[in-house]
Parts: sequence; structure tokens; C-alpha cells
Amino acid sequence: MNLTADLERARAEIERHARDFGLDFFPTVFELVDHDELNEVAAFGGFPTRYPHWRFGMEFDRLQKGYRYGISKIYELVINNDPCFAYLMKSNSLVDQKLVMAHVYGHCDFFKNNVYFAHTDRKMVDRMANHGTILRRLMERHGVTEVETFLDRCLALDNLIDPHSMALCRTPIVPRTDPDQGAPASPAKLKAKSYMDRFVNPPHYLEQQRREETERHERAERLPARPQRDVLRFLLDHAPLKRWQQEVLSLVREEAYYFAPQAQTKIMNEGWASYWHSTIMTQRVLRDSELVDFADHHAGTLATSPGRLNPYKLGIELYRSIEDRWNKGRFGKQWDDCESLAERRRYDRKLDLGTAKIFEVHRLHCDVTFVDTFLDQDFCDAQKMYVYRTNPRTGRPEVASRDHKLVKEQLLFGLSNSGQPIIEVVDGNHDNRGELRLAHRFEGLEIDMKFAGETLKLLEAIWARPVCIESKLDGKGTLVRCEKGEVSTRELAPSGATDRKADAR
Amino acid sequence: MIRRIERDRTRFKELVRGKIRGDLKRFVAHGEMLGRKGKDLVSIPLPGLELPHFRFGDNKKEGVGQGDGEPQPGEGQAGDEPGEHLLEVEVPLSELAALLGEELELPRIAPRGRDELIAPAGRYIGIRRTGPESLRHAKRTLRAALKRQIIAGTFDPADPCIVPIRADRHYRSSKSKPAADSSAVVIYMMDVSGSMGKEQKELVRAEAFWIHCWLKSQYQSLETRFIVHDAAAREVDEATFFHLRESGGTKISAAYELCAQLMREKFPPAVWNVYPFHFSDGDNWSGRDTERCVELLKQEILPNANQFAYGQVRSAYGSGQFKKDLDLALVGDVRLVTSEIQDRDGILPSIKAFLGKGR
Repeated sequence: MNLTADLERARAEIERHARDFGLDFFPTVFELVDHDELNEVAAFGGFPTRYPHWRFGMEFDRLQKGYRYGISKIYELVINNDPCFAYLMKSNSLVDQKLVMAHVYGHCDFFKNNVYFAHTDRKMVDRMANHGTILRRLMERHGVTEVETFLDRCLALDNLIDPHSMALCRTPIVPRTDPDQGAPASPAKLKAKSYMDRFVNPPHYLEQQRREETERHERAERLPARPQRDVLRFLLDHAPLKRWQQEVLSLVREEAYYFAPQAQTKIMNEGWASYWHSTIMTQRVLRDSELVDFADHHAGTLATSPGRLNPYKLGIELYRSIEDRWNKGRFGKQWDDCESLAERRRYDRKLDLGTAKIFEVHRLHCDVTFVDTFLDQDFCDAQKMYVYRTNPRTGRPEVASRDHKLVKEQLLFGLSNSGQPIIEVVDGNHDNRGELRLAHRFEGLEIDMKFAGETLKLLEAIWARPVCIESKLDGKGTLVRCEKGEVSTRELAPSGATDRKADAR
Repeated sequence: MIRRIERDRTRFKELVRGKIRGDLKRFVAHGEMLGRKGKDLVSIPLPGLELPHFRFGDNKKEGVGQGDGEPQPGEGQAGDEPGEHLLEVEVPLSELAALLGEELELPRIAPRGRDELIAPAGRYIGIRRTGPESLRHAKRTLRAALKRQIIAGTFDPADPCIVPIRADRHYRSSKSKPAADSSAVVIYMMDVSGSMGKEQKELVRAEAFWIHCWLKSQYQSLETRFIVHDAAAREVDEATFFHLRESGGTKISAAYELCAQLMREKFPPAVWNVYPFHFSDGDNWSGRDTERCVELLKQEILPNANQFAYGQVRSAYGSGQFKKDLDLALVGDVRLVTSEIQDRDGILPSIKAFLGKGR
């Protein structure tokens, strides 16, 4: 920590208040940095060092230009690690720094206690540095371009993980066994006298046993046995990779799993941090002279603009509404059944459970469940939420509905799987030609075909055999296939597609 | 101290320019960053490189918003509010040139040899055992590593794998040495006869600005001269060059004669890199005069210039014959570049044609 005496005093005070309020966090280390250092760290995703890759350079270029021309500015940066590292920009005023510190303690508490972060590596700073060393060494040995080319291919696939598997699966990579182990064994018969055999070993039972055994046998032959969300893991296990390539791919996968919970809890995390910076500042830390600056900054953080949703705003308002509802006991059957508007307005059971409830919520939920559980019509009305749609005639967006069911549905659409298409490996030996077949689980939105084609090309380079993905385009099942860098698209026979799906289950 | 990120940034810039890794070329995107400064929207051009992912298409035209949504009136009405103005950020000239160079993949110009010793400049001609990674001397490092491995007995000629360690590294170090400076002159010539309208001049002005911008970034000192001509030619200053509107006939040879004279008297090729540019609508007075032009180019201008560029602006009146004549008469001469500028969109390809050769 390199804080000035002023800042250190403010920090100690804020930390004391945060603990007072019941926040529980890892030790938090603040670093005071100038804008270029902050942009550098931000480009590295919050880490002091990462593996060498042009993507970080691009991000830095972007941040630096944005800062230089006064378009964007980073206020706060904190990483999930034990200890938590947070960065303060030197040029910010003292009020801003206080607000940021309070905000950061909110994030740290969230990192430590939210269940979706439970499996993340809390020594990620060290691990990232190790990844850097590994890749630098590989680049020295195998050539920068070769390693980077492979790394780019892996990064193009880094959204193909299973964010709901709560823990990174660390089972060792097993050598492939030969799946062909002879015909399925016939079911064992119990010993019985011949005249009793019909009763002791009923034929229909034997038939059922045989069927199950055949099915098990077939499933063991198929690769993967059931559709697998974690495509990267599948590639690690089964793609013909060199040792160093395996190392690169597993490192990319590990980082993807580390970052996944942050995408899953954006609204909750920012809402929680905003809730606490607001609470700590307004109730404890703020001096009279700082009020206007604080209000200005706070309002800027929570500002909404038409057609865009601010996760800070939605998050903090949801927490506040939950706190209010549980304080007044506005939940459960009694509240749901209450029909009279006047009574609903007066409704107050004086339970005072609000604080306990939001602490519980912030431990157990992710954005999807958070919004699904707590966004109701009252909240929608109070927050003036709406669904907009482009009017095909005028080409301009219009408010389509203010119904909370539609709002929620639309929101959840964007939040599930962090807004990414759900893609699984269904067959590692498609057509019995060693081709890799992926499937996009279609839920109403089409995938971008141009990007899909390009991604397939990169995937083919890893798999070293043709690859394909089935999806839906204009309502019809479509198979996009890539062989030797050539992408082709063909329509799937509707029956075939369903057959295969049933087959895969 | 050099930042760690600078390495990544340099790598990124090289990739965008397409110098290394041709396979990434198709992912280069030219985006821009939009922001708000005061009342105006500001846009900054940003080159980007996006790896493909499986992702949703952009056909989604709906979403969730918060606040007082403004329902649009059903009937189409003429808007009475001013539109939002896009303002380009003021980018320094040197950065503009770099952007242009990246956009058009212009090669850096190798100046013709001049030995005027002017400015001392740092040159990397020494060797040290310490230094920044960017100055690592790969050959020396490798040699040291090889030596070490042979001594240590770990080198296997059958599998010649050399891995340098820290102690093997050698770095270049700088020493100050006077370096040669090069100077250049651009001679712009423009047809201002009756057929060249305001629109055509606008095109020439835009093109001349970008050319000037690029050459300026390539030479430490850049001079410019302007010549206008109709039936007669004269040298003018910049403001006049772009705003003068004359009428009358067109005799291109007059301009070329003046240009040749300038080069003879003021910009001898031994000291100067000379870049004559000529813009016209391609209508010359007579075939005889065109012959005279070709002769002047062959005898006087081309041998003494780095490159002669002729840009033909399309106009309603011009026949466009002159470009054909030039191309025909001087076919295969690399010192002559001609290009046609149809409209504003034609400017960039034309600049690329003029400056793309790195002469």
C-alpha cells in the first residue's frame, strides 16, 4: 500500500465502518496509481501482469485514447483475490477516493461471500503471473508467432465453458481407452430349477435388463457419453494436441472459469457495492462540505439513459426494494393474496428482516435468479422499466410494454449464460469420420453465421479434422460445417435432427 | 521505464498493419469510440482486432430500458430538433499521418541518398550485457547461448535446440553519430481552367492535404510550391492555389515547363527529393500540346523527380483524354503514376496509388 496519510486515515475509517455494518472481506490492499498505470492494469483485466498477448495492448490503446480525449475514465478497479487488490487514481479528489474505497469494500465482501465465487482461485494474482512465465517460456522455445496463433484459436473458444459447473473439474486427463470391449454382456440369470425358471427369471425382466445393458454399452462407445457444455475440457481430453498446446489451452480454460462468475453477477455485484458506498458514505463518512461532490458522482454512477440498462442502478434498487419489503413483511402468501390497493400501500408487519435478507440474497444468488426472484410489478412500476422494440415501419425504437413479466423475460434472455449462446459437444466422432459435432441449444436467438464460420475455422485447426455445428436459421435446422478452411451450410432434415437429439439424450 | 503493456501494444499495432500473421488480417475492424464532450458527440477512430466467437447475431431489436420512455408519434413528422453532430477529435498532424499510413498500408519512403550532414542522432552501434528487451541483439544472444551450451556439453548437433538464459543476453547500445538528413519538395500543379468547378477543387484540396500530411511525416523538412495554369502558368501561394477560379483554355505544357524550370533552378535532384503532383480534369487544348508535355516529362521532369503523379478529377466538361495519352506514351515507366478521382470516395484509393510505392 502506498497511500498518503490523508487517504490512509480515510481508508481505516471506512474499513471500520464497513466491518461495523457486517461486511466481511479479505484484507484489501489499495494502490495509488497514475492514469497510465491504471489503464495498464485495467487492460490486463485488473492484474499487474498477464501473459503476453496483443489483446491487452489493444485494450490499453483504447483506454488510453478514451482517457486522453476525456471520453472515459476508470474510477475503480478491484480484483477477486486474497488479499483483494484495488487501485485508486492519483488525480481523483478525496471525496471520490472515499466513495471508491467504500465501493471497493462492497465488492470485496461480495467476492468472498457469494457462492458463485466460491470455487475461484483466491491466489489468482500469482497464478496469472505463473501463466505469464509459462507462456513466455513457451514462446521462447517454440516461437512467438506459433504460440500466439494457437493462443488466439483457444481464445476464440473461451466462451465455450460450463459456467454452472460450480467447480473447475480438475480430474486428471486420462489416456483414451479403446471403447470397443466386445458385445454387451447378457444379463445374469438366477439359478433355478427348470420348471421354476419362468418365475425366478421372468422373460420380460431379462429383456429389460438386456435393453439397458445395450444402451449403456452404446453410450460408452459414444464420445462424449452425453452432450458436454465444457467444450474446452473436451478438446483437452480428446484433441490431438502437443504437450505445450495442452498447457496453453488448459491455462486459457482456467482463466475463463475464473472470470465467469463476474459476468454472472454483474448486476448483483455492482448493486451491492453501490448500496454499500451509498450507505457508508451518507450515514457515516461524508462531511458537510463533500455532500454536493458525492451526490454528483453518485448520480453519475447510477444514471440511466433511454434504451440502456445500468447494472449499478438496477442492482442497488433491487437490494433496496428487497430490504424494504422484508422490513415491512411484504412477502409470503398473505402479501400475495392481498388484493386491496389501499391495504397494500399501508401493509407493514414491522418484521425488520431487511438487512438479514439482503445479506442472504447476496450470498446465494446470481443475476439470473436475482432478477427472476425479486423483480415484480411493483418494482417495475416504481423503476419505470419497459421493454422496447424497433417499430419496423418507422425504424425507431418504441416502448412496447411495461408488464413486469415481459420485462423480466427480456432481461433474463440477455442474462442467461451471460448473454452467450449455449453450445455443447454432441459427438466427437461424427459420421464415424472423427469429425467434431457441436450443437447450439436454440432458444429463440440465432447465432451470427459469419462469426460462427470463422470460429469453426479456428476450431478445425485445433481438432485437426472437420468440425460442424448444428443450429437453427430462419426456423430450420441448419448444419454449418468447416472442412479444410472451407465453410459450407446445409439444411438438416427436420426428422433427422430430432432423432439425433433424442438419440443423444 | 518501459511499461510491460507496451510490448503487447506494439505487437497489436504490427498485427493491425498486417506486417506479421496474415491469418489475422481478416479480423481487423476499424471501429470508433463514441463519447460525449459537452453537447457534441465525439468520435475517435480506433483500429481493432476481434477474434471471432460463437455469439448471437445483431438482429435483436429489442431490449429493456428504464426511465420515461418516449413513445414515438405514430405519424411520421418532420423533426424539429437539431441532429447530433459528429465532431472529430483534434488529432495532431503526425498522428493523422500515422493513421493514414496504417489505413492505406503505405510503405515508408526510402529517400534517395543525400549526404548533407546535419543532425546528430543516436544510433545503435554498441553492445552491452544489460538493456531493455526491445533492444535485444538476437544474433549475439544466440551465439552466446550456443557457445555456453557447447562448453557445457548440452548441445546436441542432431537436435540443435538452443535455449538462451539470462546471462546469454546481449543488447544494443546507442552511440551518437551525425546522420544524413533528407529534404523534399512537393510541387502541386492544378488546372484552373473554366471546366474545373468548385467541386473539383474541393477534391484536389482534400487530396493535397492528405498527401502533404504523409510526406511531412516522412521528411524532416518539406517544402511546397504551387502552380496554377490555364493557357498560361504561374506560381502562386497556397491560398490562391485552392481558391482561384479562372476561366479560359487549357495548355498543360505551360505548367510542366514552369515546373521543370523550378526544378532546374531551385531544387536540383542531388539535394532534393522532388514530388510533382498534377491535377486536372484531363482536357488539354490540343494533341500537339500533349506531345510537348510528354516530351517535357521524359526529358526534364521524370529523370529528376522521385515520382511524378497525375490525378485526373472527373468533371462534367472534361474529356479525360490526357490520362489515356500519358499512360500510352509512358507505358511501363515506374516514375509516373496516374489515377482517376471520381468523387470523394475516390480520394483514398488515389492516394494509395500515388504513395503506395514508397518512392
